[in-house]
Amino acid sequence: MSEGFGAFVRAHGGEGRLVVQPRMGFGDPHRMREGLAATRAADALTVGTITLDAHTRVGHLQAVERALRDGSDLNGYPIVSHEESVTRWVLSAASGPGFPVQVRHGSAAPADIFRTLTRLGLGASEGGPVSYCLPYGRTPLAESVRNWRESCEVFAGLRERGVEPHLETFGGCMLGQLCPPSQLIAISVLEALFFIRHGVRSVSVSYAQQTHPGQDREAVAALRRLCGELLPTDDWHVVVYAYMGLYPVTEHGAYRLLGQAAELAVASGAERLIVKTVAESRRIPTIEENVAALEYADRTAALTGRAPDPGADTQTYREAAALTEAVLNLHPDIGEALLRAFRAGYLDIPYCLHPDNRGETRGRIGDDGRLLWERTGALPIGRIAGSHRARPVTSAGLLEDLSYMRRRFDEVAVEHRTPLPVPGTRGTGAG
Amino acid sequence: MSGTPDTTGGRAPDHAPRTVVVTSMASDAHTWNLVFLQLLIEELGYRVVNLGPCVPDEVLVEECRDLRPAMVVISSVNGHGYQDGMRVIRRLRAADPLATTPVVVGGKLGVTGDEDSERVAELMAAGFDAVFDDGADPAAALRGFVHSLQAGPPALAGRAPAG
Ligand code: B12
Repeated sequence: MSEGFGAFVRAHGGEGRLVVQPRMGFGDPHRMREGLAATRAADALTVGTITLDAHTRVGHLQAVERALRDGSDLNGYPIVSHEESVTRWVLSAASGPGFPVQVRHGSAAPADIFRTLTRLGLGASEGGPVSYCLPYGRTPLAESVRNWRESCEVFAGLRERGVEPHLETFGGCMLGQLCPPSQLIAISVLEALFFIRHGVRSVSVSYAQQTHPGQDREAVAALRRLCGELLPTDDWHVVVYAYMGLYPVTEHGAYRLLGQAAELAVASGAERLIVKTVAESRRIPTIEENVAALEYADRTAALTGRAPDPGADTQTYREAAALTEAVLNLHPDIGEALLRAFRAGYLDIPYCLHPDNRGETRGRIGDDGRLLWERTGALPIGRIAGSHRARPVTSAGLLEDLSYMRRRFDEVAVEHRTPLPVPGTRGTGAG
Repeated sequence: MSGTPDTTGGRAPDHAPRTVVVTSMASDAHTWNLVFLQLLIEELGYRVVNLGPCVPDEVLVEECRDLRPAMVVISSVNGHGYQDGMRVIRRLRAADPLATTPVVVGGKLGVTGDEDSERVAELMAAGFDAVFDDGADPAAALRGFVHSLQAGPPALAGRAPAG
């Protein structure tokens, strides 16, 4: 069996080393091919990404065709619509031993996508029945669970072709912002268990950088501990996402935040990091911007050491363990357990508009920058989380919380240590 | 949809507040923009029906036909706003009672981050009453538009004032 995505990352990442990956996707096959080649050639330890466009995610293949015909730009690569020979040509620029490629999509009905991946022999993707449903549209959760069960089983079929399929949970992101870490961890672990139960044996669990480095380190430690306790395999690793909320608009702000994500990843022992670029706040990044971000993250990682373990029994761990356990106790079938959990409010994503989400919880940023539960609704963590006074929500107040990181990182502040010079500016020590 | 935040910000007028539809379009999954716009428009004194993300064209047309809203506020940030917007506005305008309903769109409409005046003009020509650039302060932009509505029928030619 050829070395799969999971095996590659576990062989090369962790213990202070970091595999870095872009969020790259272009509609034009030439650009996609060039992007993969440039990712591989970057001066960093990289894996490749093909991010799919938003029409393909919702199955609107007609809209893809219209865009391709009219020459309108898509926000990703339409893998179901391009001829398979075209995609093989795109991949042939870079993909192969030593450079696994992952397909990222965001679909609650991904069967077509997974069938296409299986035919192409593409062995790595991501998502999950919850994380690609609630924040991604209006597909009922029960349908998403059914679709993802089927898709895992289709994908597991890749093993017959000598490829070990790998799936990453997107549960560590959810809406990107204002969801306290414990629930992100719980959903990530539960989705990994779901994948494994449905035949995928190599998984990764995600965690998106939030608003406080100390809390984030606690969170990754809690995630690792829970995976160790609950996943019936050793073939797992942790992937950190650079901040998934409103991104800084300045170049220095964007790089500082990316640098902090790389530090979090290395300090917490994560094996892989998905980067963000200077274009994040505005538009789809170019190939060059992606390469610059990969190299910056790699250099920052090289200067970072493993941090002391924040201890096993943190509040984040206790909340995440309580959530996970409560959900698992609802039903032996994990898909069914997830459905019951959302119905009962044992899982409940702050500010999520999806009809299958109760919407009784609320997160907010505390004075010290940590994400707190302002309202826990029916989450089974009321006692652990404690209570905080709930304030009325206004448009300005919401925007202020959403912009917290943007504001802080765009400010020109005195750093506790000299940050790496940003690419394209003159400076020393850029390695 | 459920989960919309309860608000206390808006001061509703004495008479029943008029309804505004806040919505995304078929391909767009982002929702923070919708939650924000809902709060903002409620604060302007309207009742808001938030249709949520990835709204299929038919659902959007049907809901608007049933609700007869005072205004439809469309948000798109995923880069497909031009494509989705051109398709959707034609369908809205073709539905009889919506021929003259004020319909505006804003967000990040393309994938290149530039304001593309040609595409804005196309969207306006296809039937939008205003197209807001991402750079515009959304609160000022919407307040300005609402005031222009209260002053008379929307007669905005070209791009709406950014406030
Ligand atoms: C959070 C986030 C997500 C979350 C969304 C969760 C959710 N349910 O909302 C997740 C991770 C799921 C996600 C997914 C994707 N995302 Co996203 N996402 C973001 C991010 C980081 C922040 C968005 C946010 O929270 N905004 C908060 C709200 C309040 O602000 P806003 O959306 O910017 O809107 C403001 C203005 O635009 C304006 N406004 C908006 N609409 C309207 C309408 C009117 C009438 C007016 C007056 C004003 C107005 O008012 C708001 C307040 O100022 C942005 C990048 C960024 N901005 O930093 C990318 C971003 C929007 N995403 C992007 C993309 C492409 C995607 C994906 C397609 C994946 C991909 N290919 O990379 C998928 C979407 C799938 C789909 N079907 O659409 C791109 C869009 C690129 C473009 N337009 O050129 C961005 C810009 C990132 C990037 N640079 O690539 N995303």
